[in-house]
Amino acid sequence: MSLFDSKIPTGPLSEKWTKFKADAKLVNPTNKRKLDVIVIGSGLAGASAAASLGEMGYNVKVFCYQDTPRRAHSIAAQGGINAAKNYQNDGDSVYRLFYDTIKGGDYRAREANVYRLAEVSNNIIDQCVAQGVPFARDYGGLLDNRSFGGAQVSRTFYARGQTGQQLLLGAYGALNRQIAKGTVKVYSRRNLLDIVVIDGKARGVIIRNLITGEIERYFGHAVVIASGGYGNVYYLSTYAMGANSSPAWIAHKKGAWFGNPCYVQIHPTCIPVHGDYQSKLTLMSESLRNDGRIWVPKKMEDVQKLRRKEIKPTQIAEEDRDYYLERRYPAFGNLVPRDVASRAAKERTDSGYGVNDTGLAVYLDFAEAIGRIGKKGVAAKYGNLFQMYEKINDENPYETPMMIYPATHYTMGGLWVDYELMTTIPGLFAAGEANFSDHGANRLGASALMQGLADGYFVLPYTLSNYLADEIYTPRMTTDGEEFEQAERQVKERIEKLMSINGTESVDTFHKRLGKIMWEHCGMARNAQGLKKALEMIPELRKEFWQNVKIPGGSDYFNPEIEKAGYVADFLEIGELIVRDALHREESCGGHFREEYQTQEGEALRNDADFAYVAAWEYKGENKAQELHKEELRYESIELKQRNYK
Amino acid sequence: MNLTLKIWRQKNAGTKGKFEKYKLTDISTESSFLEMLDVLNEKLINENQEPIAFDHDCREGICGTCGLYINGRPHGPEKGTTTCQLHMRKFKDGDVITIEPWRAKAFPIVRDLIVDRSAFDLILQAGGYTSVNTGNAPDANSIPIPKLDSDRAFESAACIGCGACVATCKNASAMLFVSAKVSHLALLPQGRIEAAERVQKMVAKMDELGFGNCTNTYACEMECPKNISVSNIARMNREFIKAKIFAEVPTAVETGD
Amino acid sequence: MYSSITKKVIMSLMGLFLITFLLVHLSLNLTLIISSSKDTFNLAAHFMGTNPVVKVLEVVLFGGFIIHIFWGIVLFFQNWAARPHSYAVWNHSQETFFSKYMIHTGALILAFLAIHLLDFWYKSRFSGGMPITQIDGIKYDDMGQLVLDKFKSPAYCSLYVIFLIFMGFHLDHAFQSALQSLGINHSKYTPFFKKFSRFLAVVITIGYISIPIVIYFIL
Repeated sequence: MSLFDSKIPTGPLSEKWTKFKADAKLVNPTNKRKLDVIVIGSGLAGASAAASLGEMGYNVKVFCYQDTPRRAHSIAAQGGINAAKNYQNDGDSVYRLFYDTIKGGDYRAREANVYRLAEVSNNIIDQCVAQGVPFARDYGGLLDNRSFGGAQVSRTFYARGQTGQQLLLGAYGALNRQIAKGTVKVYSRRNLLDIVVIDGKARGVIIRNLITGEIERYFGHAVVIASGGYGNVYYLSTYAMGANSSPAWIAHKKGAWFGNPCYVQIHPTCIPVHGDYQSKLTLMSESLRNDGRIWVPKKMEDVQKLRRKEIKPTQIAEEDRDYYLERRYPAFGNLVPRDVASRAAKERTDSGYGVNDTGLAVYLDFAEAIGRIGKKGVAAKYGNLFQMYEKINDENPYETPMMIYPATHYTMGGLWVDYELMTTIPGLFAAGEANFSDHGANRLGASALMQGLADGYFVLPYTLSNYLADEIYTPRMTTDGEEFEQAERQVKERIEKLMSINGTESVDTFHKRLGKIMWEHCGMARNAQGLKKALEMIPELRKEFWQNVKIPGGSDYFNPEIEKAGYVADFLEIGELIVRDALHREESCGGHFREEYQTQEGEALRNDADFAYVAAWEYKGENKAQELHKEELRYESIELKQRNYK
Repeated sequence: MNLTLKIWRQKNAGTKGKFEKYKLTDISTESSFLEMLDVLNEKLINENQEPIAFDHDCREGICGTCGLYINGRPHGPEKGTTTCQLHMRKFKDGDVITIEPWRAKAFPIVRDLIVDRSAFDLILQAGGYTSVNTGNAPDANSIPIPKLDSDRAFESAACIGCGACVATCKNASAMLFVSAKVSHLALLPQGRIEAAERVQKMVAKMDELGFGNCTNTYACEMECPKNISVSNIARMNREFIKAKIFAEVPTAVETGD
Repeated sequence: MYSSITKKVIMSLMGLFLITFLLVHLSLNLTLIISSSKDTFNLAAHFMGTNPVVKVLEVVLFGGFIIHIFWGIVLFFQNWAARPHSYAVWNHSQETFFSKYMIHTGALILAFLAIHLLDFWYKSRFSGGMPITQIDGIKYDDMGQLVLDKFKSPAYCSLYVIFLIFMGFHLDHAFQSALQSLGINHSKYTPFFKKFSRFLAVVITIGYISIPIVIYFIL
C-alpha cells in the first residue's frame, strides 16, 4: 500500500482543527489584495468560498456556466442541512454527528475531515440565520428540526422543501455583497476548458465564453474547483441538465488524483422513469420518509392486477402490503440510509414485486400520516413536494400513494484532497461535491449542504490562506506566457476536432447510450462480469463518439451543442474510471454494492482488512489505465463495525 | 399527439428575428414541455439544422433558468408552474403553440428563446443581502422570530428569479421580483438593520436598468410560477416611503466621502 | 428624476385627492335633482365661484389634475419604452381588466373634462351670457338652468353618460390601486379595500349619471 501525506494534524481528534487553525500561516491585509483566487462553480461550496475569501480581502474570480450564480444546482436540494446544535434536546452532539456520518459512509471516510465537518456544522446554521435564511421555526420563534435517514436524532434544519434554494440565496447574497465591494467578480455563462499549471502549481484557467464562443485566459495564485459531482455520467439523474464534471476531470488529467470514483449515491425516493424521451429524474425529498411508509404488495396476484390497472393501490388490504423497510430494519424502519433503502427497493422490484407499468417502482404511502396529523398537517410539511409530484405524474398523492424509484443523485467520490482540501496539484483545491472527502462510501441525507458550506465558509478560508501565505512572493502574472499559450492552443484544437467530425449521431444520443451502460452494469448493484463488460463497451462508445458525433452550427457564437459535446466526451472517460474503481473494490460498502460480496440476508459485506483505504487514481495519459494509489484509513476514535440499522 | 410549433428564432441580440414553423408528431402526453423541445431539437440536428436555443437547467422548477412565453403566457397555461414542470397533457392534439422569448428592454435577447437577465443580479448586488462577514454570527436561536414572519419571509424568498413577472407585466416592470427580495429581508430582524438603505438602493437600480413602472394590474402575481404575492409590492412601497421620509441623511464623514 | 415608486405615490395621492373632489362635486350637483327648486344648486354654485378659500382650493384642484395627468403621461411613455418589441400572442390573465387601460380611460376623461370645463366653468366665469335668476331678491347666475338646458339635448346627454361610464372604469381600479401604491396592504383589510374600491366607483358613476338621466327623462 503506497501511503501519502494527507496532512492531517496530529493530536486528539477533537483538537485537530483547532490545532490547525492555531498553526496555520496568515496573510496580512495588504498582501491579500495582491493575491488572486479563481473559483470554478457558484453552488454552495463555490459561492460561500468566494464570498468568504472576498471578505478576507483576496481578489476572487468566480466562473459558472449558468446565467447567474444563483442557479447552481445546490438550489435544488430539498430536505435540509444537518448540524449538531441539539436544539431538540434529544442527545445530539458534535461527536454523534461525526459518528453517524462515518457510520453512514460505511467507514470509508477520513475521520479527521468528518470530525471537522461536524464541528463547524453549528457555525453554518448561525451564519445562515444571520444572512436571513428563513429556516422553519416553531411557534415560540425558535428553529425547528426534522429527522433524516441514518440518524436517531432530529438535527436537520430546513426551509420547507427548498432548503438548498434558501441556503444558496444566502451565499449568493454574501457573494453579491462582495461583488458590490469589488473583491469578487463573477463571470457567468463561462465554461472551464483547461487549468494552467506553471512550475508545478495551478496558476490559471482557460475559459470559454458560452455567448461569444471566445476563449479567455485568467490568472490566479490558486484555483478552487467547486463544480459539483459527476452523476450525469448516468444520463438520467437528479442533477441539473448542465451539471458536468469537466472541471474535476480536467484537473484529473492535469495531475490531480481522483478519489473513490465508484461511490455513487442512488437516491431511493425519485419519481420513476416513464419514457425514452425522458431527460431527467426528479427527486422527492428524503424528508418524505419521516412520515411516508414504503411498501409493495405481498401477493404477486395483486402486483399483476395493479399493472393491469384492475385495482388501485388503496384497495390492497393492510395485511397484504409488504412494508419491507420496516420488516427488514425495525430500528430505523423507513429512515435507513439511502444506499440501504435503494437496494431494498431494487431487491423487491428484481423479485417481481415492483409496481407501475414498468415494474420499476414502489409505493410511498402517506395514508397513515394523513390519519395521524391530518391532510393539513401533511400539506404544511410537504405541500410543495406533493404539488410537484402531482404536476409530473398527474396523480394526487393525498389520495393515492406516490410511486418512487431510486435514481442517481450524488457522487461521494471526487478529486482527492488532503486535510486542507488541496488536490495533488499544489494550488489546486476542491470543495463541496467535487472533492471526495467527507462522506465515505455513502452520504447521509442533509449532509451535502452541510459539507458544501463547511468547505466554503469555514475550511477553505483557513487552508487556502495557509497555502497563499507562501505565494505573496509571486507577483500577478500576465496570461501571455507559454503555458497559457499552449493550453489555449490545445483547447482550440479539441473544439475544432469535435466540430470537424460531422458524424450522424447527436451528442445526447451518445450520452443516453453511456447512461444505459452505466446504469445497467455499474448502478445500484455491480458484479465483476458486468463491470468487465462495461470496461469493453465504454472505450468502444468513446471511439464511436470521436468518429461519429454530430455538432451542428459554428463555434463562434452561442451553441449549446459544443459545451454538451465537451461534457459528454469527459463523461465517456469518467465512466470508465468509475467502472475500473468499482471492479477493483472487491467488497460492498455504502453506494458500492458488489453482488459477490453480501451477507446471507443480502446486506453489504465490507472487507476492512483489504479495502479500508481511499482509492486515489492517477492519470497516466490518453487511453492508458490510471494508476491506483491507496490512502489508508486509520480509525482512532471509532471502532470499525458492520453497519446495522436493524 | 401532433403539434405545430411557431418558434421565435434569432441569431443574436444584433440581428432581427422571425417566427419559424415546425411540425412534430407522436409526442407523448406524459413528456414535459422541454422534453418535447428536446425531441424537436434532436430532429433538427438529424436534419442538419441548428437546434433551438432555450434556457433550462434543473428541470424541477427551482433554478429559475427556464422561461418561455407560451401561447401568450409566461411558462404556459398552467398556474404556479415553470416551463420545465409544464407537461404536454395540458395541450391538445393538433394544437398550434407559439413560443416566444421574454420581451423587455432590460432583458436583451441572447439567442432564439434565451434572454439576458443579468439585470436581476445587478439589482441584488445593489443591496439584496445582509452585511455579515463569515464567522461573526451570533447563535442562531439568539433572536426568536415569530413563526408567521419567518414563514412570510420564506414565501417571499421562494422567488426563483425567472423573470416571468417582468415578461407578463404590460409595463415590463420588475416590482414583484425586487419587492420579493426586499420583503424577505424586511420581514426578518437580521434584515431590518439595513432595510431603509436596501430598499432605496434596489429601487434606484431597478429604475436605472430600464424596467417599467408598476400599474398594479397584478398580472405578475397571477403568472408567477412560485405564487409570489403582490402584497410584497405594497410592503416595498411602504418600506420605500418610510425610508424616504424618515431615514436620516448621513454626513460626509459617515459615508466616508 | 423621481423614482418609479415616488411617481406612483404622487399619482395615488393626487388620485385620492381627485376622488374627494368628485364626491364633493357630486353632492353639490345632486341638489339640482333632489331639491324641489334649483335655488340650492345655484346658491352652492355661487358660493363655489366666489368664496376666496374655494378659489384658492380651485387652483390646488387644477394643480392636482395637471400633476396627475402629467405623471400619468410620463409613466405611460416610460412603460411603453420598457418593452420595445411586443409579443405576437398576448393572452395572460389579469385581476382587473381596466387596470391595463388607465391611460386610455384617462385620456377620454381628459377630453370630457375639456368639454365640461368649457361648457360650464369657462362660461360662468369668463365668457358671460349666463341666464340670470333671483333668489330672495338677489340676482344670481342661473347655473341650474344652464345645466337643465344642456341636458335636454339627447346627444349631449348620451355623450355625458358615455364619458361618465369611462370615468367609472378609471375609478374601478383607482382607489385600491392607490392604496397599494402607498403601501397600504394588509391581509385583514385589503379584501375589504378592494370591494370598497369597486363600490366607490359604482356609487360615483351612478350618482353622476343619474343627473343627466333624471334631467332628460323626468325634469
